[in-house]
Amino acid sequence: MITAGIDCGSKNTKVVLMKEGNILSTASVLSGFDQEESAEQALNSALEKAGIKRDEVKHITATGAGMEAIKFSNDTITTITADARGTYLLFPSTRTIIDIGAEEGLVVKIDDQGKVKDFGINEKCAAGAGAFIEAMSRALEVDIETMGELSLKSTKKIPMNAQCTIFAESEVVSLIHQKTLKEDIIRAVHDAIADRNTSMVRQIGIEKDVALIGGVANNIGFVDAMNKNLGFDLLVPKDRIAPEYVSALGAALIAQEKSGG
Amino acid sequence: MVENKYPTEPLKCWNKAKILRENYYKDFAEAHEKGGLRWAGGAWSFDAIPAGLGDDVYSLTGEPYGATVAFNDKLALECQEATEAKGFARDLCSYMRNYWGSILINKYAWPQFSEEFPKPDFIWQDHICCSHAKWYQVASDLEGGIPMFSIDVSVGPYEKRTEHKINYIVGQMHDGINWLEKVTGRDYDDELLIQAVKNEFRSCHYWSAICELNKAIPAPLDEKSMYSLYVLGTLRKSAQWAADFYEKELYPEVKDRVERGIAAIGNERCRIMTDTQPPWAFLRIFRYLEQFGCVSVGSLYTFGLIGLWEVKEDGTWGPKSIPDIEITNRDEALRALTDWNLSKPEWQHFYHPKLKSDMMIRIAKEWKLDGVFLHYNRGCEGLSLGIAENRLAIQKAGIPTMPFEGNMGDEREFDLARTMKRVDAFMESLGLDKLKQ
Repeated sequence: MITAGIDCGSKNTKVVLMKEGNILSTASVLSGFDQEESAEQALNSALEKAGIKRDEVKHITATGAGMEAIKFSNDTITTITADARGTYLLFPSTRTIIDIGAEEGLVVKIDDQGKVKDFGINEKCAAGAGAFIEAMSRALEVDIETMGELSLKSTKKIPMNAQCTIFAESEVVSLIHQKTLKEDIIRAVHDAIADRNTSMVRQIGIEKDVALIGGVANNIGFVDAMNKNLGFDLLVPKDRIAPEYVSALGAALIAQEKSGG
Repeated sequence: MVENKYPTEPLKCWNKAKILRENYYKDFAEAHEKGGLRWAGGAWSFDAIPAGLGDDVYSLTGEPYGATVAFNDKLALECQEATEAKGFARDLCSYMRNYWGSILINKYAWPQFSEEFPKPDFIWQDHICCSHAKWYQVASDLEGGIPMFSIDVSVGPYEKRTEHKINYIVGQMHDGINWLEKVTGRDYDDELLIQAVKNEFRSCHYWSAICELNKAIPAPLDEKSMYSLYVLGTLRKSAQWAADFYEKELYPEVKDRVERGIAAIGNERCRIMTDTQPPWAFLRIFRYLEQFGCVSVGSLYTFGLIGLWEVKEDGTWGPKSIPDIEITNRDEALRALTDWNLSKPEWQHFYHPKLKSDMMIRIAKEWKLDGVFLHYNRGCEGLSLGIAENRLAIQKAGIPTMPFEGNMGDEREFDLARTMKRVDAFMESLGLDKLKQ
């Protein structure tokens, strides 16, 4: 039985198609003003990649900030539960999940069955999420894709004092004027966002293994900053699926269960 | 369609509670027309003491007034903007800002009784939280210099009370009565004081007894309804009408509901409690919980702001017994009043978060709860103090928690949609889906 999980995030809408526990395809589009339309596009793209017709999809479960907008889904599930299910499938040893998306960071603690035990959400400040890195990439005129690699070249640790995206941007501008190397500034940006998120994780409590998911987990500079902050290496999805698709994967898994697949 | 598991019915004394509350605000507004006096102060002030000035002395307590303003979102915004325009910081107590705003824009939250904010003749306050005395110092200034008396009650937890701590407070009370006679020009009547103290004992005792009845499954009361009931004690706990309502009307009715198995919500399958003040403009969050079959049976706030408790012989929490003493004079009345108030649960955690955690864990166990909601309330530094530590302690006791951010009196700092999503996630973690309507 084929099912779909749709994660309607604040920036991107991601789809995972599954059949009997196997991932068939994934697709992602920008979440536009019309979230349902974006979900439709992402789903069609995933169907095309897998060579599957729409009516072969037996159950669609939506998750993410815009899940209520996806009227064609069969049901919805919260990001917390979707993260738990998706991550547990990839890394069954996981007990703590850190999900850093474009606008939101969250931490989920799960038990040895993948059941949610506790969670925490940073939803009121962009300084702990991907939007922060995007704002800094604009200020530095560096492609977001290359920020991770560049920051690993840094040999100098610069503290970034501002705890707010707006003030941090002005701090970055000051560093540019002081002729600070771009790689050092980018590292400072990653360190700042890692500090924020480490603090959030510690509030909930760290229990190993710890997995990092969400779009920001693609940034190797940020992952490095988190690893250094925590003092151990995080599990980051790589081979089976990219980190930004884990919520959609969880939703697709739940869709399999609900449809009896 | 899901059929209700339990029978449910409206509270018979609901309208009476509403009328008592309305009368309270009406009496304050119209006090001068009747030749009476008005005083303002906090919900925790020793309101039994001004009662000795006569039966025509009416109060306006600030916290319930601030909450009333908060419930009216348009008025609240007007009040908050006026306060901010005057230069007061936005992160101050939001009840206090609503109250000051009401003075600044000169609008009473009960316009049917007075278009203008009625000025008190004197201010009678006590001081335990970080805002209490300053609140009324500023209010006095804004109103052109209203005479004010504040009693410092911050002498430590009840279990560590000593004779000299009691003397410290009682001494201030005696001074306060002399001050009241001076500023009002009235003679003080100790018999009225003694009667008011006895009324306060009854109000606090019976409110706790009512909350204790919520240990029953199904719970006879839900917290959203309790807000409209406990408030009478925050308005004037020493009044005969408040004590009579709790003892003679609400308590017997709730007891009867328990005996007949009448539920607050017919589909109860999950029981939670909250923590501190709710975001008053968004009480519909409690109705949202009902979609999951979840009832909030109360909180340390609703139980312990006015209710007083003690550990009973079987080790459980029950209503604090009304003191079995004869009060024959002013000093005895003031001593009894002091000892009574110092045991207030909501005063204890100003001294250490552990005291609050212990009480919350006790409630969670004895009221058979499935989870606890914790409101990181930006509008009240006093009652939010230590919530993060409470959370850890409650979790350690094996009880799931759901923190959310907000503000009791300033709706600009509460995000309803996100809080509902948080509720969804918490309910999912408890294994609960929404019930079919």
